[in-house]
Amino acid sequence: MSIRKFFKTIWLDAITLIVVGILFVVPFAFIILTASKTSKEASLFEFSWPGHFQLFDNISAVLQYNNSRMILALWNSTILTVGSVSLIVFLAALAAYIMQRRSGRVISIANSVMLAGLIIPPAVVPTIFLLQQLNLYKTLIGLIFVEVAYGLPFAVLIFRAFVGSIPRELDEAAVIDGASALRVFFQIILPLLRSAMITIIVVQSVAVYNDFAGPLYFLPGNQNVTVQLTLFSFISQFNSQYNLLFANAVVITVPALVMFLFFQRQIVSGMTAGAIKG
Amino acid sequence: MKIQSRSRAAIGVVNTQKHHKPTIQIYPYWFLLPAAAMFCVFFLVPTAFAFYFSLTRWTLFDAEFIGLTNYTDFLGDPQLTSGLIHTVIYAIITSSLKVFISLPLAFLLTSSLHLKTLVRSIIFFPVLVSTVAVGITFSILMQPSTGLINTFFKTVGFSGPDWLGDPTISLYSVALVDVWKGLGFATVLCIAGILAIPIDYFEAAKLEGGAWAKFRHIIIPLSRNAIFSVILLSFISGLRSFDLIWTMTHGGPGFASDVLTSVIFKEYQAGFYGLSTAGNVVLFILVTIVVYPLQRFFNSREIEL
Repeated sequence: MSIRKFFKTIWLDAITLIVVGILFVVPFAFIILTASKTSKEASLFEFSWPGHFQLFDNISAVLQYNNSRMILALWNSTILTVGSVSLIVFLAALAAYIMQRRSGRVISIANSVMLAGLIIPPAVVPTIFLLQQLNLYKTLIGLIFVEVAYGLPFAVLIFRAFVGSIPRELDEAAVIDGASALRVFFQIILPLLRSAMITIIVVQSVAVYNDFAGPLYFLPGNQNVTVQLTLFSFISQFNSQYNLLFANAVVITVPALVMFLFFQRQIVSGMTAGAIKG
Repeated sequence: MKIQSRSRAAIGVVNTQKHHKPTIQIYPYWFLLPAAAMFCVFFLVPTAFAFYFSLTRWTLFDAEFIGLTNYTDFLGDPQLTSGLIHTVIYAIITSSLKVFISLPLAFLLTSSLHLKTLVRSIIFFPVLVSTVAVGITFSILMQPSTGLINTFFKTVGFSGPDWLGDPTISLYSVALVDVWKGLGFATVLCIAGILAIPIDYFEAAKLEGGAWAKFRHIIIPLSRNAIFSVILLSFISGLRSFDLIWTMTHGGPGFASDVLTSVIFKEYQAGFYGLSTAGNVVLFILVTIVVYPLQRFFNSREIEL
């Protein structure tokens, strides 16, 4: 291949890579570089290699900061995410199964309520009031319930589409063999919903883990801190320590990065399916 | 009669045998109950409450009915009405930029580009990163004198603006970051739309002309459903956007980038719960009157491939 021909085939790649690199890679590189610097060097906001590379020292400083507040936040966020997502998956699968299999007035009401839930923004202060009445305000379990309510419509939407691809004959055959409704659901339907389940788990975990407004409104208090709020409150606390601020950003981005590396395909297909069917 | 037997068949199978009554219900309604209860209690009930409490002076402990005063206060206060206008501007800018950038980008990323998988992944990653982290990073990149963006502009030979400090542009600066973060999702939707176009159309177009003709005459008209999805979803998320604006500007400088959600939060922080809830109701109404007609219009113009 002549050099000219070679350039002809790669010029578009080269331009794309340069533009995408500047716009999308540089900001993330900036985060990591700043997180690896000393505080003095970091406050210059330069895009440069750190004079003394201390990313791991900075991360451990962030983890120990303020009586290991970050560890507590990671723990709280983990409980919040695991609790909300497992409830969402289980409740949504049960509901979606019935909503796909039956028809009638109850189902059409359920469908329109689900669509409304995808669009309408939540009413925040009345939710606080309600949580107070139920003694759930400022508790993790209260926030879990709220996250479940917010996440259900999307999960039902995805599950409903997948249930549609499972032939009815399977449920009917199992019932004739004497299985109860619950057994049909757990032993036949649920295993077949595996791929939809992975999609929902991944998409909802990212959504709940990254949620900022939820904890801000419904879970105030030092003991209840979640990872998104550590970063937010550190803006003022780490006033002159931008290296630690960015090290904090690195710490809370790692779970998203892991999800991304392992489940990119499921995330993309799930989000696309949800958007187009919605 | 016909309808009844059909719905019977849908409900249970056992009664199609000789039994008179269905002995077993394989699709019982109570399966809906846990999800419905959760959604009603923690979403629908507060939404219903909002309409009442928005008509009161409310301390969370007691509520004094004051009619429409909160709404007249809301619409009479120029700072609060500017929040309403900013919300609409923000949603229009973010959703239109996302469409105009993501569709050509999706076209590029479904072409013969060698690195398309890599580029797709890179663009998609910000979707998964926390909005707070993105907001903080960009508020530093957008610093007027030392920030990386203006340093870059300086080396190219002209001076960049004070992105977040200048009240005339701060809302637009935040909107640009919103586009940056959400572009990957919009692009992925457009890619799905383009890939759904049957290959025959492209075969036919090969004879006609180059990439522009392909884009203009096949991609734009035939990936219409995906384009509608991008517009609708980014419009909804634009109207509801809070995290990014709050982390980057707190609605400032002054009230220059306040939107409905940040006004709701500020009034809540200040203890004006009734007023905050009235803002919330205004947001419901805004979302509903914009989104439902838009959705209906798009549905009527959808195409079958």
